[in-house]
Amino acid sequence: MSRTNAIIPSLTQGKPRLAAFGQRFLNGVIRYTLMILLALLLFGAILLISGRNPLHSYRDMLTSTLGSAYGFSEVLVAMTPMLITALAVALPSRLILINVGVEGQLYMGACFATWGALTFRDWPAWCLLPLMVLLGMAGGALWAFMPGYLRARGIVNETITTLLLNSVAPKVVSFFIFGFWHSPMDTDKTASFVPAARLPTFFGTRVDLSLAIALVLLALFWWVMKSTRWGLEMRAIGGNPQAARRNGLPVSTYLVVVMCIGGAIAGLAGMAQVSGYYGLLLNNFSRGTGYMGFLISWLSFGDPLGILLTSFVVAVIFTGGNLLQLTQGLPFAVINILLAFTLFVVLARPTQAVIALKGAYGSEPKP
Amino acid sequence: MTLLSVLGVISSAIFSGTSLLYTTLGEVITERSGIVNLGLEGVLLVSASTGFAVASLTGNPYLGVLAAALAGGLMNLILGYLVVTRRGNQLASGLALMFFGFGLSALIGKPYVGAKIKGLPRILLPGLQELPRLYASLFRFDLLIYLVIPAAVLVWWLLFRTRWGLGLRAVGESADTAFASGRNPWLIRYQALFVGGLLAGLGAAHLSIAYAMNWTEYMTAGRGFIAVALVIFSKWHPLRAIVGALLFSAAVAFQLLLQSSGIKVSPFLLDTIPYLLTLLVLIIWGGTRKHAAPASLGRVYHGTE
Repeated sequence: MSRTNAIIPSLTQGKPRLAAFGQRFLNGVIRYTLMILLALLLFGAILLISGRNPLHSYRDMLTSTLGSAYGFSEVLVAMTPMLITALAVALPSRLILINVGVEGQLYMGACFATWGALTFRDWPAWCLLPLMVLLGMAGGALWAFMPGYLRARGIVNETITTLLLNSVAPKVVSFFIFGFWHSPMDTDKTASFVPAARLPTFFGTRVDLSLAIALVLLALFWWVMKSTRWGLEMRAIGGNPQAARRNGLPVSTYLVVVMCIGGAIAGLAGMAQVSGYYGLLLNNFSRGTGYMGFLISWLSFGDPLGILLTSFVVAVIFTGGNLLQLTQGLPFAVINILLAFTLFVVLARPTQAVIALKGAYGSEPKP
Repeated sequence: MTLLSVLGVISSAIFSGTSLLYTTLGEVITERSGIVNLGLEGVLLVSASTGFAVASLTGNPYLGVLAAALAGGLMNLILGYLVVTRRGNQLASGLALMFFGFGLSALIGKPYVGAKIKGLPRILLPGLQELPRLYASLFRFDLLIYLVIPAAVLVWWLLFRTRWGLGLRAVGESADTAFASGRNPWLIRYQALFVGGLLAGLGAAHLSIAYAMNWTEYMTAGRGFIAVALVIFSKWHPLRAIVGALLFSAAVAFQLLLQSSGIKVSPFLLDTIPYLLTLLVLIIWGGTRKHAAPASLGRVYHGTE
């Protein structure tokens, strides 16, 4: 029923459908607001136990992130890698490919892009940056190819292989940093990239071009899934692979290619991290960015708009956490508790959330 | 290269492998009941920090071990609530638990960064008193190391020789069938998670109280994920888990040996060998379907309403 609704334009049903959509959307917003409030309450209890005033902490968090232009720009900076990594999970999830390997693909993307930045440091930015993007994407795709191929051939499940490769990639990066690339001063990072290898930033903030790339990719994802033949075929394969194969769709090719594209997007996130955020390659620079992308994609059911909203909320939590550390002497990692409470509360109500989102977005990914 | 350095390498490999084997044994139990715990990294961190904090506060390392085990069990029960009672997705819930562990362990461990504790007492193997002091000092192990192989045998006995283990494996293969034959899948999965958490807690305790004897954030350095990989490598069997843990320890030992003999091989590349080996083994098994995972691993049991 919902599928026909999605295909037939709202023209046929007109206003009632729009109103129903609005109602459902409102319900979803209320439900999620309540969930976040509950998470804030739980984390407030923890803050209280460790001797902080939760109300002051939350006020500081809000004013620091959403109350100033600088704070808001920092939220956008934190949001960018989440958007890209979530997309790297969301695209393969349409084919019921579970890409837990974004963390590894991100490292390989960063590794390849760094090689480009260090080798062709004399090139002008308009040559070097596209090259780094391509290299980053190639690194990620390479790291995703084997899981995709093994899955398509029905040899090993991609969940296991991507998880294993996640542990390998950071060590490969460490090998290159400690062995060849480290700067004369430090052993655990490269020298800062030349300006030509840095992504341009906007308005004197740390927001860089990768945010624009992420938004374009999200829109592209939405458009491909909705109105191209590829999107239709991918929906068909995701719905029933057997039927799709019998109808002559190249299912195996799709599995490998889409997995590689997912890896390429993750590699792009890695490239954006080293070229935009850090400006150098740091040993073990990502503490779970890829896993965060998996969670965001899963919570928003692989929907572009959902990814945008969820990433924003998570980014506000993280950026606010930075301030909590500065003014209150709590370790930065503590903000993970608030994040986890939010996730727990949402995860603990899967059926309700699924119904709300299924109605709102038309389809539900298979976990 | 002297005999002393070889023995030293073996000794340190045993130390680093012990925590891994406990954790793997715990994960074998949970996965046999049909639940994959990707949050093991967070569970280990919380256990390690709690154990260290208690050992530091009370001055008694054994109390620390106890606290770490309990903390592991409780952390796994959180996962149980999410995936068993609330029927959440296992991968997502596990990752959320991992982030929770990152945060909670940092909070618990903050006051104890740089603290000194009395580690687990090390006891010399009986019969080795005759050895020269220098050699004997390499074979002074703590209680947790002596107990790790018996623990593996105990887990094997629990899983394959008791009614409880039979029920647990039945739930892991087909929760519906187990329910139809009078088992309670929810209760059994909670039990499996708790016991698995206790074992993971012992592993973490060995890491922070006996081996490193300090607390630093993210000190487990991926051991949780290694354990998940080792479970697959050992085909969900506790005795083969010993082989898996030995493999990882051997990689560590090999690396130390190469360093001490002056051969230049990057330790980072050697670190990847066990993962690549696991991958290779998986590919080789891929053709044969004999040694598949528990059939309902990762599935949500919805009951019969």
